[in-house]
Amino acid sequence: MIFENPKYYNKIPPAAANQLEGVKATVDGVDLHIPADPANRHYAEIMRQVAAGTLTIEDAD
Amino acid sequence: MALSKILTSSVADPVLQTNKNLIINGAMQVAQRGTSAVSVGSGTYRLDRFSVNKSNDGAYTVEQSTDAPTGFTTSLKAQVTTADTSLSAAQNAFIYQSIEAQNLQHLNYGTSDALTVTLSFWVKSSKTGVYTASLYKPDNTGYMFTQEYTISSANTWEKKTITITPTAGGTSFITTSGGAIANDNGSGIDVNFNLAFGSTFNGGTSGSWSSTTADYSTTNAVNWMDSTSNNFYLTGVQLEIGDATPFEHEDFGTTLAKCQRYFTDFLLSANNYMWCCVITNTNTYRRASVTLPVQMRASATGTIAAYTNGSFGGSYPLLEGNNKVQEVNIAGDVTGTGDYAYFTKLQLDAEL
Repeated sequence: MIFENPKYYNKIPPAAANQLEGVKATVDGVDLHIPADPANRHYAEIMRQVAAGTLTIEDAD
Repeated sequence: MALSKILTSSVADPVLQTNKNLIINGAMQVAQRGTSAVSVGSGTYRLDRFSVNKSNDGAYTVEQSTDAPTGFTTSLKAQVTTADTSLSAAQNAFIYQSIEAQNLQHLNYGTSDALTVTLSFWVKSSKTGVYTASLYKPDNTGYMFTQEYTISSANTWEKKTITITPTAGGTSFITTSGGAIANDNGSGIDVNFNLAFGSTFNGGTSGSWSSTTADYSTTNAVNWMDSTSNNFYLTGVQLEIGDATPFEHEDFGTTLAKCQRYFTDFLLSANNYMWCCVITNTNTYRRASVTLPVQMRASATGTIAAYTNGSFGGSYPLLEGNNKVQEVNIAGDVTGTGDYAYFTKLQLDAEL
């Protein structure tokens, strides 16, 4: 699975600042909002690719 | 009549059994993502719960078909659109359903009390010959069971039945600790319908468990990808404990609810949208909260679309929420107090 332009995003105010929510990335032209849950198949695949050194995720705003 | 007078031989046992089918959507009725043909990639879903996969130089599509054997109304149809007559070692094409591990604890895998299961299904193809179906058990030590079956007559529905004993092939993999299935929300068993595999994946022995998890198939199996004339239909898929019994037909709503644990489409559109509300800390945020129809397997990947008469700021709209507690929050950021926003698409994916 090819993840394009992956970028972390945080929970939205009024949540405490800098609380990680997930990764936004494009797959096959569709924007996916992927929660930071290891049981989520997309997040698991992203982490596998990051560990393999084939994917880098942009920091959250 | 006293209960002691009711003998199991006098009633149809399947009538007394409900939820015997470990497969969800085996009759291929639920297709939340749509019914028309789509090109298959890695993990393409059309019929709910059935993942369709391709890694080769050809191409094929998957769709919901109304071509079905007597007693069924729908099937999964795969159609080759670009042939690959010579698969390299690591290439493949296959369909699978991953069964959630905590739904399989009663199989007693990993113990000497492990149970026999039977896989039955209806299949039809323009290409006759030997095919394989396989079971992959990933937890603890990974094991693969594969079984050949033959499609004898082209373009004719045939019912196939495969019995999988825990000691198939004279092995003890499943009856010892490495055969255990974790009691969690991960994948417990993948049921694979194999269409084409390169040599990396066809080292299995029919009717046997293997400790080589790449042994999806056997060298006898056809390369279904070898012609654009090839199609493959599948329905009536049932995996059950013990011997094969008639397919357990269940009402559509029950199957849909089971599917929604893994994928939910809220069926929003430009004409059926979900309003966002202003939240209190700033008037530029809009949010909508929805309750999920069922508790999803895990936090879900979201696909959303939204409209605003203002403009979304930054990377908004964004999706957040804990889908285990059946609520999801969506945030849209619009720039002025007179602006509004609504969402026109919300799909949640917690497939295995």
